[in-house]
Amino acid sequence: MWLKIEARPAPSVRMKYLSPLIAVALTLMTGVIFSAFMSLNPLNTFHAFFISPIDDWYGLGELGVNAIPLVLIGTGLAIGFRSNVWNIGAEGQLAMGAIFGGGVALYFYEQEGAYVLPLMFVMGALGGMFWASIPAFLRTRFNTNEILVSLMLNYVAILILSYLVHDLWRDPDGFNFPESRLFSESSTLPIVLEGTRLHFGVVIALGAVALAWVFVRKSFLGYQMQVAGMANAAALYAGFKRKRMVWVGLLSGGLAAGVAGLMEVAGPIGQLLPSVSPGYGYAAIIVAFVGRLHPFGILLAGLLMSLLYLGGESAQMDLGLPSAVTGVFQGMLLFYLLAADLFINFRMRRDTAGSRVAGAGL
Amino acid sequence: MSKLSVRKTVSMWAAAVLGFAVSFSAFAADPLKVGFVYVSPIGDAGWTYQHDQGRKAMEGALGDKVETKFIESVPEGGEAERVIRQFASDGYDLVFTTSFGYMNPTIKVAKQFPDVVFEHATGYKTAGNVGNYVARFYEARYLTGVVAGHMTESNTAGYVAAFPIPEVLRGINAFTLGMRSVNPDAQVKVIWVNSWFDPGREREAADVLISQGADVVTHHTDSTAAVQAAEDAGVWSVGYHSDMSKYGPERHLTAATHHWGGYYTKTAREVINGAWESTRVWGGLAEGMVSIAPLNDEVPADVAKQVEGVTAAIKDGGFHPFQGPIKDQGGEVAVPEGKTMTDEELSTMEWYVEGVLGKLPK
Amino acid sequence: MTETIVGILLATLGAGTPLVFATLGELITEKSGVLNLGVEGMMLIGAVCGFAAAAESGSLWFGVVISMFAGGGMALLFGILTLTFQANQVAAGLALTIFGIGTSAYIGLDYTSVTLPNIDPIQLPFLSDIPVIGRLLFSLDPLIYLSFAMFGAISWFLYRTKGGLVLRAVGESPESAVSLGHHVIAIRYLAVWFGGAMAGLGGAYLALVYTPLWVEEMTAGRGWIALALVVFSTWRPSRVMVGAYLFGGVTIVQFHIQGFGVDIPSQLLSTLPYLATILVLVLISRDIHTIRLNAPASLGKPYHPDL
Repeated sequence: MWLKIEARPAPSVRMKYLSPLIAVALTLMTGVIFSAFMSLNPLNTFHAFFISPIDDWYGLGELGVNAIPLVLIGTGLAIGFRSNVWNIGAEGQLAMGAIFGGGVALYFYEQEGAYVLPLMFVMGALGGMFWASIPAFLRTRFNTNEILVSLMLNYVAILILSYLVHDLWRDPDGFNFPESRLFSESSTLPIVLEGTRLHFGVVIALGAVALAWVFVRKSFLGYQMQVAGMANAAALYAGFKRKRMVWVGLLSGGLAAGVAGLMEVAGPIGQLLPSVSPGYGYAAIIVAFVGRLHPFGILLAGLLMSLLYLGGESAQMDLGLPSAVTGVFQGMLLFYLLAADLFINFRMRRDTAGSRVAGAGL
Repeated sequence: MSKLSVRKTVSMWAAAVLGFAVSFSAFAADPLKVGFVYVSPIGDAGWTYQHDQGRKAMEGALGDKVETKFIESVPEGGEAERVIRQFASDGYDLVFTTSFGYMNPTIKVAKQFPDVVFEHATGYKTAGNVGNYVARFYEARYLTGVVAGHMTESNTAGYVAAFPIPEVLRGINAFTLGMRSVNPDAQVKVIWVNSWFDPGREREAADVLISQGADVVTHHTDSTAAVQAAEDAGVWSVGYHSDMSKYGPERHLTAATHHWGGYYTKTAREVINGAWESTRVWGGLAEGMVSIAPLNDEVPADVAKQVEGVTAAIKDGGFHPFQGPIKDQGGEVAVPEGKTMTDEELSTMEWYVEGVLGKLPK
Repeated sequence: MTETIVGILLATLGAGTPLVFATLGELITEKSGVLNLGVEGMMLIGAVCGFAAAAESGSLWFGVVISMFAGGGMALLFGILTLTFQANQVAAGLALTIFGIGTSAYIGLDYTSVTLPNIDPIQLPFLSDIPVIGRLLFSLDPLIYLSFAMFGAISWFLYRTKGGLVLRAVGESPESAVSLGHHVIAIRYLAVWFGGAMAGLGGAYLALVYTPLWVEEMTAGRGWIALALVVFSTWRPSRVMVGAYLFGGVTIVQFHIQGFGVDIPSQLLSTLPYLATILVLVLISRDIHTIRLNAPASLGKPYHPDL
């Protein structure tokens, strides 16, 4: 007996909401097996991963701190992904945002002024957009694959950042260690929740989610881009300008990543370091897909991803699990979430002998 | 009995009772909770491994007076602050943060938890409840240089180095001075791999150095690849961080090793006794924070004896590896006869001594 | 001087070989129209499983075989996600890398302190005694010969066999391949599996022969470089070899120059390979005909018979 996977005539609304739950259920099941395998109490494991990181205000704040870049970048990228513009260079665009924005902070070092922070935001955004404009230009001018260009540029951006903090922008009083000065008061983001590290970026990230929702739902360009994503040819017939979509798709990702990078250095980090991101730019791509490219979905997926980061730490702390285990667990949850999407557009049927040829045998 | 003696007796009794009470409370009190933050997985050799050995040594020495926990693979940057804070808010009394990049996060968290003692390795900032410790690795480097200077036949040693920061430069210079103290023709070739950890590149760099005539190879990177490369090529190696003789059973001459156990034990004891004060500790051979691994059997007895002599001289202050006269790479006198480099000068060192080949990267 | 050049060339061969394996594998995967960004994860799994198997059994070749199965297994996971469950290839590839990094670290916990015996090069009789050439071509370690053989086999397969034609057809247009009676999904599964097995082999070369040791994340980004090299090679096996040795050789030459004390390296110098890859990409893409000749047209696009 074979199971055949066939397309549904229309996407299932029920499955749209059910599929993430299936994934979570599968993950929990795996977690139980895993715990048994490691001879741990499953309840303790569950508690360590999902409850203990956020059982106080500080923990909730941390959930937000981690989710801010993920949600912001995920939202920006999704605009491009929806129209089949594949920007996987957010990690580099994030670094560029940190360089441009952080450069402002270093230039205006110890000049207290209300203009510094807004200027940093502008420059951070420009930095990210500048870096994203390279694949956009090459795509529209030379038809160069933006996946590969944006990926290559990640390395270039990170090496530039490394060069700057090892050399040009090194803290003059820092015993020649590779890091910049600490940003002064007027160049750091205000904290929005007393006693936590939750910074002003939460407003920006939520604002971006809302804005993206309006853009997708209400604006004509957003509609065009979605149509373009569904059927390239149809979009061309309808006279939509593909080039414009490439630019919008890449720049929105670059903008979001640049701002996110700036907010990392002006927020939790407070200076420029050789590495300013533990891979937010890549994780945000997964967040965008797990959130099914929908602004609110991305918000939830970003929070979940953030919880996974935190859970790994508290699993080390509470259960003494090596950090390696966390990676296994994270990877698994992501697989389930990605796979569960299938049930929205497809359904499984018992295969009868006749239709096996056409089906994807499983 | 005179009044005086009565008073004396009473106070003696009081002291005894008090003393008993203090020791009783120390006995009955909960163990001192000590947290460790590691920058990489513990593994089997290298920087973090030595810190974990130190943790275990402390546990061994203090038994149930301490309870320890570590979190490994904590990236430097925004994440570190949360982990450090987690220890503090979970009621840990003493937290060791064992990588340079944890400096600013440690200072930040320490402000919020004035009752918790923090100790940061390799940095330069302290606070009322933040101490700072690092070891004079260069002393051990010098000794290994002496050994290498005797054993080399090509008068060329190869040095695989990560990044040109003062810490690494001190090691290169001390090693070179050590070699040339017994072999004035000795030269040291340096290859910068621009990474703390990339076994493949470390191996390549070591192979290149060997092919260019180096018959002693040492490294300031985090894997054992260079030692293994030397073993395979049949040239001598000098390990770093850990005794790496397991990885080079035939050709491992010795290693400049780190030993944190004594310091961790002493610090924990001070915290238990309420005697801890914030200090900047830069301990060397004398304090037992650095040492060299047992010498290879091939090393002649007179060399071993000389090394012992130099060790003793450094320990009792009769000799300093960076005492004049020292010439820089260009042959100019950098440290005149009768002078010794100050700690301040050592901690900002950014030049090569005579005998190091190649340009210092800018 | 000859000695130095021979040294550089030999080192280049070694440095390039893990990239040759992983890149040739990814090339086959991409030729079928599937973009698997999880090369780094598959290499790590291959490295750790191969290392563990070799350490337990004492046999290098057993380790090599296991590494291929392990890498291939990872790739099948990716295949199930993207080909059967229709997940997005980019996201699934990235998730595969996360999974691979964590899982390899977990498997390898007990093996970080293990060392393996060195592998002796195969000395071909008489040939290896020829000056210079003998050392460069006829006394190498066995896996380098395997990489040459793989290159030959893949070139032959792609351009001289019906199977190669079918594979390319599937990558060009799955719809027309179906209409010709080919089973697109099955062929893509095979191509994805092969890519994973080769990535595993690349990882095994690093862990078993090159360093030889196992430590977490020891591939240090080589999987990503392999992805770049596929593009750099414009999807042609011969150029994969050129690209892999160029990439490996650049590091070696840079190290040699440093050793001679001539040049000043910097992070900026390290950006050159990536910029060069972008340049190549632009050069082949600017003309719609050259890109047609090279890149698989359906690369990265999902395919399902019902859609």
